[in-house]
Amino acid sequence: MPDELIVNGTPYPMPEDPRVTLLDFLRHDLGLTGTKKGCDHGQCGACTVIVNGLRINSCLTLAAMHEGHQVTTIEGLGIADEPSPLQRAFVEHDGFQCGYCTPGQICSATAMLDEIANGWPSDASKTLDGPFEASGEEIRERMSGNLCRCGAYANIVAAIRDVAESEPAA
Amino acid sequence: MRPFQYQRAHSISDASTIAALPEAMLIAGGTNLLDMMKLQVATPSQLSDIGRIGLDGIQDTPDGGLRIGALATNTATAVNPRVRADYPVLARAILAGATQQLRNKATTGGNLCQRTRCYYFMNVEQPCNKRDPGSGCGAIGGVNKLHAVLGTSDQCIATYPGDMAVAMTALGATVVIATGKGTERTVPLSDFHCLPGDTPWRDNVLEAGEVIVAVTLPPPVQATQLYRKVRERSSYAFALVSIAAVIAMDGGKFTRADFAFGGLAHKPWHDPRIGELLVGAPPSPELFDQAADLLLEGAEGQGDNDFKIPLARRTLHAVLAEAVEKAA
Repeated sequence: MPDELIVNGTPYPMPEDPRVTLLDFLRHDLGLTGTKKGCDHGQCGACTVIVNGLRINSCLTLAAMHEGHQVTTIEGLGIADEPSPLQRAFVEHDGFQCGYCTPGQICSATAMLDEIANGWPSDASKTLDGPFEASGEEIRERMSGNLCRCGAYANIVAAIRDVAESEPAA
Repeated sequence: MRPFQYQRAHSISDASTIAALPEAMLIAGGTNLLDMMKLQVATPSQLSDIGRIGLDGIQDTPDGGLRIGALATNTATAVNPRVRADYPVLARAILAGATQQLRNKATTGGNLCQRTRCYYFMNVEQPCNKRDPGSGCGAIGGVNKLHAVLGTSDQCIATYPGDMAVAMTALGATVVIATGKGTERTVPLSDFHCLPGDTPWRDNVLEAGEVIVAVTLPPPVQATQLYRKVRERSSYAFALVSIAAVIAMDGGKFTRADFAFGGLAHKPWHDPRIGELLVGAPPSPELFDQAADLLLEGAEGQGDNDFKIPLARRTLHAVLAEAVEKAA
């Protein structure tokens, strides 16, 4: 077992204090401040990152629990000159006002589109068998773990739909 | 968080050794435990991470049922092809709970062991007999909209908050427990959680050193399966009332009617008398009222949650009507 955690492709040594959450490890130890601390209790989704392909709340997990795991943060999805499709769509659709929830929204939506492509149902799905479409109703349900206190929801949904429609599920 | 020692368990036996220590706890997904540790509602001095000891499989059992490992995530269970095909009420219940981010971490065993979200339990400034035995119950006479109306005691009116276990209870699930002495025991899920009585700190029947290893479901039957969750917003909210129903009909009469209820009690509420009343009888509004009478026998509101009693009645009517329509 490697004594390291891989973030955006780069291995980093594990923190010494087991109390360090994955969120605090990313922000304080690694300086990757794109991932945000909102509620710190798994209610707002601002801290959402992708671990081994699955989106999770980085505030409700210990860095120590992820030794050897692959973590992708907003910094790993794209950069200013080469934004990911969702990053570009959030800009084009004004999918934010203050921007604080945006990294979590985009990490969440990135994994969410994979879930739809994988044929995973949601509470909004009429049947449990796919394929499922990235309809407004599906997106709102599947993104309910990401709050936006500016209330940019309409544009967030529009941005996600735009990407879903331009990159149809396999 | 208070300081704690962290170690990774490598086997069920490792986990069991730690679980036997008074100030130690097991951590799996951690979404409930770390939340409580940040609030100092839970203050373990040792954490044993059981995330990598296996137990995450979902397998067919020899009798045609399904064995869901204690560490299978809620997501893995909800998207499992057999769960979707044969136990849709379970997939629906899981998908109705929490968020995708939380379901990706939450595990079967952890979900069974999750603790109440009673506001008084979650706030160390408040009295709570569950968290601090003998300190009193702030919810009785306090803010208690989410609280129980069935099976309460004068010490605790908390509810079990989950959805998964409600569906599993209606399906007749069994909890498989490693005793820590090299043996296993099984407990029907309907007997796994406790009522508060005069030991409200006790959520379930696990003894020191015991570890949940799996939940097994009996072979599927041809039936209509429904999970209806009534809540204050349409996503990411705990149930005010929820009903898991497994219903079959033949010749205009009920041949199977198994239920479990969430949001009403300290455990997934299961009253076999309801099924006994319905089986063999043709559906009618009067019969549904009698079923609701049985469910709500002895129900007692606490003020803010008085609405749950008529709400449970109406929800049971609605679920029965929908099930009859689909089963016919």
